[in-house]
Amino acid sequence: MTTDTAQQAQHGLTEHSHGAGAPDHGGSAFDTVASFDVADHVVPRGREEEWRFTPMARLRGLHDDAPLDGHDYEVSVEAAPQVVVETVEATDPRRGSSGYVPNDRISARAWAEADKVLAITIPADVVAEKPTIVRLRGLSAEKAAAGHVVITAERFSQSVVVLEHEGSAAFADNVEIVTHDGARLTVVSLQDWAGDSVHLSHHHVNVGRDSVVKHAVVSFGGDLVRTSVTLDYAAPGGDAELLGLYFADSGQHLEKRLFVDHNQPNCRSNVLYKGALQGKKAHTVWIGNVLIRPAAEGISTYELNRNLVLTDGARADSVPNLEIETGEIVGAGHASATGRFDDEQLFYLMARGIPADEARRLVVRGFFTELINKLGVPEIAERLTATVERELALGEGLPAATSTTH
Amino acid sequence: MSTLEIRDLHVSVETEAGPKEILRGVDLTVQSGQTHAIMGPNGSGKSTLAYSLAGHPKYTVTSGEVLLDGEDVLAMTVDARARAGLFLAMQYPVEVPGVSVSNFLRTAKTAVDGEAPKLRTWVKEVKTAMDQLAISDDFAERDLNTGFSGGEKKRHEILQLELLNPTFAVLDETDSGLDIDALRVVSDGVNRFSASGDKGVLLITHYTRILRYIKPDFVHVFVAGRVAEEGGPKLAEKLEEKGYVDYVGTPA
Ligand SMILES: Nc1ncnc2c1ncn2[C@@H]1O[C@H](COP(=O)(O)OP(=O)(O)OP(=O)(O)O)[C@@H](O)[C@H]1O
Ligand SMILES: [Mg+2]
Repeated sequence: MTTDTAQQAQHGLTEHSHGAGAPDHGGSAFDTVASFDVADHVVPRGREEEWRFTPMARLRGLHDDAPLDGHDYEVSVEAAPQVVVETVEATDPRRGSSGYVPNDRISARAWAEADKVLAITIPADVVAEKPTIVRLRGLSAEKAAAGHVVITAERFSQSVVVLEHEGSAAFADNVEIVTHDGARLTVVSLQDWAGDSVHLSHHHVNVGRDSVVKHAVVSFGGDLVRTSVTLDYAAPGGDAELLGLYFADSGQHLEKRLFVDHNQPNCRSNVLYKGALQGKKAHTVWIGNVLIRPAAEGISTYELNRNLVLTDGARADSVPNLEIETGEIVGAGHASATGRFDDEQLFYLMARGIPADEARRLVVRGFFTELINKLGVPEIAERLTATVERELALGEGLPAATSTTH
Repeated sequence: MSTLEIRDLHVSVETEAGPKEILRGVDLTVQSGQTHAIMGPNGSGKSTLAYSLAGHPKYTVTSGEVLLDGEDVLAMTVDARARAGLFLAMQYPVEVPGVSVSNFLRTAKTAVDGEAPKLRTWVKEVKTAMDQLAISDDFAERDLNTGFSGGEKKRHEILQLELLNPTFAVLDETDSGLDIDALRVVSDGVNRFSASGDKGVLLITHYTRILRYIKPDFVHVFVAGRVAEEGGPKLAEKLEEKGYVDYVGTPA
């Protein structure tokens, strides 16, 4: 739904049938072409369901044929002891080990063009004592580049991996995340790009037996950042928490797409994405698709997207979508709510002596705190809070959203 | 001693048909140590007066002045008025999702005092004030006014009044929507505030009921955007018997 007034949508368990879709992704709402062959993916024009929110003109041709051979970036790694970070050839067998098959043209192009793979492996039974941080710093957005990352959490390992993106870049990449039996893994992808960057990123998470995965996408900077996260399960017992935090300023387009494929019994998924928007033409899109296949008995899933519109002229689109093919589940639900920080709220807080900017900070901090705590990575919590404050400072002096009620 | 002076205040609101004058020359002076009741029928402009004093952007002051110890209140921003010692308990407190009551109270207290309250004493102070207003502890972690009942919102306004401790309090129909027990609890809170120092209270109400618990020194009858009559507590008794019929022609 598209909202620029406060509204709530709550849906409990719904069942509906649909025609046969692509065998890979099943449900009717999830018809996508999955192929490694770029030629199988037609150039999207913007009318397609998956592209209808995206400003195609700002993709710099990445969805078409713009070369992806730039190398204007540098990568630095701070690995936890025992965690292995290597750059390997594209032929390395770890590539593709998640089972992911590119589901759009950009992903297929990035797959074809990435000549190296960054492989991060947490060996079996290793309990990493600190996060492994990979920092990609773009040096220029002129020439586009392709990337590929594979994170493998072996049996019973425990670790946190942070992928940071900053600087200027036009970047398309695929990130595969594979967890083996009983592994506990947290992956945070942080996009703190400069204002001229375009980033199109596909993450695929394959959750192992009884494995616990926390996956987070945090988007602040960049002209256009579009992340697509797909997740499925290799075996029963997996537990996935998908978190997202985004903050769009004037002119920014931040798009968050999710597809959780409940293809195994007795698994769990929990999605929480929260976004704030401020300034003219700030645009966020959240698409949360969950499919519960006939085999997925005993699962539970819940997804929630909340957006906070801080000023007029910003727009948040939010579309949750749940398809259920078996009734034998523990629970399924989704909710989406877009609220506004309006001038009545601002007046109330100011009438208690709180200056306008402080009032805005209070509201936004409160909005994101729960999510940052859920991430559970103290090493970056402080930084995220600071970045949220920095974003807020950009909006200082902008009037609050016009209230719709009095 | 402090003085809040309202002189010939004219206020209008923007409507589709152009500006509409709501306040038509209000004159009122409140000294600290005094309680003034403002009584008037629905739509007479009581809330407009309250909001105008607090600086709500919807209301435009077209002429007149408001002085707090000689300082021009109308030139101050909303937050500066609060820091200068003015407090408005709103008729319809606003819900602010995402901000917990305890966080809000601490931030507001810090803003009006210019320094953060000492943590240990502050927690105790909040707890005591909540207990006195029969607000249960779990409200501290709830979102500000969000999902509160009408009566709970009113009690929280008085909680803020007691904790922020301004010089002048404007209470806009704090009594409406309260059952008798809540009315007593809230009135006790206002009386504690008045007794806590040299405080002025502007008590806006439609009914005389609350005047059994809060004793005004002066009563002003507010009709059609101005003070139509004023007097001592006896005037309230007359209103109790006859309503506003003498002023507006029909019983209100
Ligand atoms: N935006 C507006 N457009 C038109 N008229 C308005 C607007 N806002 C307020 N008014 C009018 O101003 C008048 C005064 O309203 P106000 O809320 O101050 O009255 P009140 O005395 O507080 O009433 P109540 O006892 O119901 O609380 C009313 O007639 C109201 O309809
Ligand atoms: Mg009123």
